[in-house]
Amino acid sequence: MSVDDIQALTAQLARDPSSLVFLPLAEALRRRGQLEAALTVAQSGATRYPEMAGAYDLLARIRSDRGEGDLAFDAWTTVLRLDPDHIGAHKGLAFLSFRAQDHLRSLRYLRRALELSPQDAALRATLRRVEQAANARPVPGFATPGADPLRALEAEPGFALLVDRQGRLLAGSLTDGQGKAASEAIGAVLGGISREAERTARLLHLGAWRRLSLEGGPAHFELRTPTIDSVLLVTRPREVPAGRLGLLADRAATAARRWLEELR
Amino acid sequence: MNLAALLAELTPVHGVRGALIVSREDGLVVADALMEDVDGKAVAALTASLADRMAGVTRALGQPEPVVWQLEGSEGVLLAAPVAAGLLVVAVASPEVNVGELRLRVLRAAERAA
Repeated sequence: MSVDDIQALTAQLARDPSSLVFLPLAEALRRRGQLEAALTVAQSGATRYPEMAGAYDLLARIRSDRGEGDLAFDAWTTVLRLDPDHIGAHKGLAFLSFRAQDHLRSLRYLRRALELSPQDAALRATLRRVEQAANARPVPGFATPGADPLRALEAEPGFALLVDRQGRLLAGSLTDGQGKAASEAIGAVLGGISREAERTARLLHLGAWRRLSLEGGPAHFELRTPTIDSVLLVTRPREVPAGRLGLLADRAATAARRWLEELR
Repeated sequence: MNLAALLAELTPVHGVRGALIVSREDGLVVADALMEDVDGKAVAALTASLADRMAGVTRALGQPEPVVWQLEGSEGVLLAAPVAAGLLVVAVASPEVNVGELRLRVLRAAERAA
């Protein structure tokens, strides 16, 4: 697509921000390597059309091009939530998994993609290559890191809780100040908080909410949405620096996202 | 207590789009210093509602209410700190704001408002 074409699309989008022209425009910018501009256009489109799988697929490809694997993973997972048979998302997740050396997961996505597009010779060849890589004999002494994302949440029981948007428990546990189980009570509150945060962020034009941080008395708290239908709460005593707690929560959210995706 | 002076401590921070004192009980604006594009009534109502939810988290764990909380979105940040007498000190900012500095100023304003 020429520069003139891109300018024309940009003008069209400026005249009508609700236009679907953001899709070809962001794709053209991506292909030209203008990833920052492509990301801005695609994000705006995905925000405007949160139910459009294609918008998130585009966002995921841009994220992947930017080397932002986790964010690309998140976007493609969202695509599959909206459209479980989206072949581009299966391919994209296969690629990300392969890049992360998770060959078995990559194979699963590729096989599903091939079911959806059995005539795709390139896809079949890719599947063969990944199968070969998965069956390759490991170097003696090399051990693949254990892929147990839940461990990241439960390494220290009582400090993290993952619930769905209805507040039902998915993983982890929390205890109150007296050491009594408080997971059920907190779960019920978290479902409501996620909806409230989403509404507040949308109506105040804060964009998609990413994190909620609470500084309490004896403890601090971080909330994340690992997927669009889950909420994660991580807490630590106030002695743990807020920035470190934020990083712990980010890591747990990534683990939770992968774990949930695996369950599905 | 001069509420306008309190808010004037927050608005000079680069990236701050507005600062408010909000009544928690009814979600109404008590005092504000806002840029034109910030809807103070919406900020007040939504922040008061969210503050109740936040208090619910710590209450369920048998802990005191948060002293400050922060909602971070892709395009902006909302900070709030409860004050005695049922008020909230609130700041709305764009993503480039120095959250550490704003947090300190919000906490300081909440202490002075108490």
